[in-house]
Amino acid sequence: MPLRASLFVTPEPLPMRSSQLGETPPFWRDERVLRIAAQLLSAALMILALYWAVDNVRTAAQQRGLSLGFAFLKESAGFPIGESDIPYDPSDSFAYAFWVGVVNTLKVAGIGVLFATLLGTLVGLARLSSNWLVSRIAVAFIEFHRNIPLLVLLLLWYRGVFTKLPRVQESIVWPGPIYLSQRGLYMAWPRLTSESAPFLVSAGVGVILAILVFAWLRRLRETSGRPTYFGAASLGVLVICLGAGWFLTGGNAFQADIPVLGGFNFKGGLHQTPEFAALLVGLVTYTAAFIAEVVRAGIQAVSRGQLEAARALGLDYSQLLGLVIMPQALRVIIPPLISQYLNLVKNSSLAIFIGYPELFFIGKTTINQAGRAVQVFVLIMVVYLAISLVTSLVLNLYNRRIQLVER
Amino acid sequence: MASIYQEIRPPEPPGPLTWIRKNLFNNWYNSLLSLGSLALIVVTLVAVLRWIFITADWRPVADNLMLYLVGQYPREELWRIGVIVSMLSLLLGVSWRIWGGVMRTLAFTYAIFLLVVALWPSSLESFALQARAAMFANLGVILVGFLLGSSHRLRGSHVLIGWLVSLAAMLVLLSGLPGSQSLAPVPTGSWGGLLVTLLLAVGGIVISFPFGVLLALGRRSALPVVSAISTLFIEVIRGVPLIGLLFMSSLILPLFLPPEVRIDRLLRALIGMTVFSAAYMAENVRGGLAAVPNGQVEAARALGLSNLNITTLIVLPQALRAVIPPMVGQFISLFKDTTLASGVAVLELLSIGRSILQADPAFIGLQMEVYLFVAAVFWIFSYLMSYASQRLEVALGVGER
Repeated sequence: MPLRASLFVTPEPLPMRSSQLGETPPFWRDERVLRIAAQLLSAALMILALYWAVDNVRTAAQQRGLSLGFAFLKESAGFPIGESDIPYDPSDSFAYAFWVGVVNTLKVAGIGVLFATLLGTLVGLARLSSNWLVSRIAVAFIEFHRNIPLLVLLLLWYRGVFTKLPRVQESIVWPGPIYLSQRGLYMAWPRLTSESAPFLVSAGVGVILAILVFAWLRRLRETSGRPTYFGAASLGVLVICLGAGWFLTGGNAFQADIPVLGGFNFKGGLHQTPEFAALLVGLVTYTAAFIAEVVRAGIQAVSRGQLEAARALGLDYSQLLGLVIMPQALRVIIPPLISQYLNLVKNSSLAIFIGYPELFFIGKTTINQAGRAVQVFVLIMVVYLAISLVTSLVLNLYNRRIQLVER
Repeated sequence: MASIYQEIRPPEPPGPLTWIRKNLFNNWYNSLLSLGSLALIVVTLVAVLRWIFITADWRPVADNLMLYLVGQYPREELWRIGVIVSMLSLLLGVSWRIWGGVMRTLAFTYAIFLLVVALWPSSLESFALQARAAMFANLGVILVGFLLGSSHRLRGSHVLIGWLVSLAAMLVLLSGLPGSQSLAPVPTGSWGGLLVTLLLAVGGIVISFPFGVLLALGRRSALPVVSAISTLFIEVIRGVPLIGLLFMSSLILPLFLPPEVRIDRLLRALIGMTVFSAAYMAENVRGGLAAVPNGQVEAARALGLSNLNITTLIVLPQALRAVIPPMVGQFISLFKDTTLASGVAVLELLSIGRSILQADPAFIGLQMEVYLFVAAVFWIFSYLMSYASQRLEVALGVGER
């Protein structure tokens, strides 16, 4: 009983001097002071380290007579660039040569992202196929590419395949006609003529109209619930506009530019160098293997119950995929997909090993030509950072739109 | 009674023919798909096998095993490599007994590697009998380690310390001591091959680990300046390609240092790899930190632990356990990325291959053989590591406890 009673006894207040409450702790134990001090200290250390490094560079630059300005960018570059989609001449400035490199990087990265996504999705779906043989082929593709270094893959494609192709005179011919040889790939390509303006205008109008029709009919379906066939309707509008444009130009919207073998090389047609082809194929297959795993994980993350419920509601296969599985799988797929895209952009810098003149290659050539390693590297890094930031910003906006809103 | 058992026996597993019919030829498009895949597989396999066994000329690979393994490391100092191999054998054997699981996979991989080297299909002149015998003997050393590990007094922490001490000792062995007769210095310029590849990968991941943890803690810090500096560092490094960092560390780093400081080429590449790896490590660790429930911190605070103790005793041990599988993944990609060091004249596995191709005019046009061999080495190592990592994930029970 005494024990029990003691439970209900209110404990006596601890003896406490009233002054203790109001007393502030000494400043070296005051958390607010400590926080500010820690930040000041780390900032000071950082600034000191930076100052020390920059000071060393300036001393080294003075001793070796290097300049640290960016004025050299206006000087004439003086080196040729193997391939460029914008006109370039060695007498153009370093800045312009650098821009050619940026364009080449964006070209290979853009096309690479597109093809890697397509191939990656295909392989990812094949990986989930109920057909055992198909899924084994997908597994072999994925495991082969994921476990070897990209650089080795690129060298295999470039040194092992593209430079081992037959000479120009004995080109491999595919229907198209597409010619494949040591000099790269030549294929027929529709070129615009002086008469194609009406076609382009009506094509542009067609695209805008198709988007409007798509949005309007889809809204109509969402509000009324009636089937409006928005996909087919907008496609139809586009086709009609393209057909009208074709008629307006009298059937001469394009001129087929067909490569012709003359002397030692082809003339005309669309030409891609073996360097570009090897880089593109290597980047696409390598990234596709990673994207395939991302796609697989995303689709597997959709719970089976969703699928069964959709079947029970009587949705057909395309509705099941488009309305139930994909919207949910995309939420899982998009964030890792963003980092795969960024990886592809950064990996395009490996072109330096096979000689495709992208940003990094041009930068390295500039350093050989003009010195100024520090400035050139600053420029290269800034461009890569900018590409990375813009890509991740755009895709993160898209990601935010499709994610579940949680409250 | 017997008849009842017979009645409730499960149906016989389907025979292979039934399985093929049900899975591959259950409807017309699946049959078409199966036939197409089968044709693709057969054509590819026949082409690949025919190329490997008939067309390919494997001389640049078979005759240069020592170059691929250790590069130009002085041949009279090869005993040091032998000692290192034995140390690894012993440690792997002990670790296998103590930790099992992943370490067993690693020990097996290592044993297979030793066997392949010992039985390498080339003449005895290009790869001596003593070296082959030493490789065989190391299989025994693994077993000795395994038996040693059975001792009751040996704990996991002892083995961990043993690993760290041995790694340091291996570095001393490799580089030698200045002014020593029996352990003369070997300049890093003559190191090469798989030795350098593994050195860059292991060195990069081990050195970047503490920096990665600090950066992750810094990024999550409540102090805005600290968090801003860490975030800036991580995002800048992650935004630029590794090859850029390697060129920076080899071309520009010397400019940023006082002229009297001279850094070895291999070390500069290692610095580049480490800086790169630290940023990615930080993001992995940050993921692990985010996975520790907030209640843990609150409970620790309620117990009166200081901030330092909360971090080191409560948060980090839980966070790091969750981080081990992604860290293995990071190690694999770093291992593959060591090939980029060939761009800054470090003689790792790939650049050894390239220089062998250039050294002998008889090897012109044999790029496919050499690069495929290099690819195969990377493939086997990476595949086994990712296999081990999957087992590790199960063993650690990440996400289950």
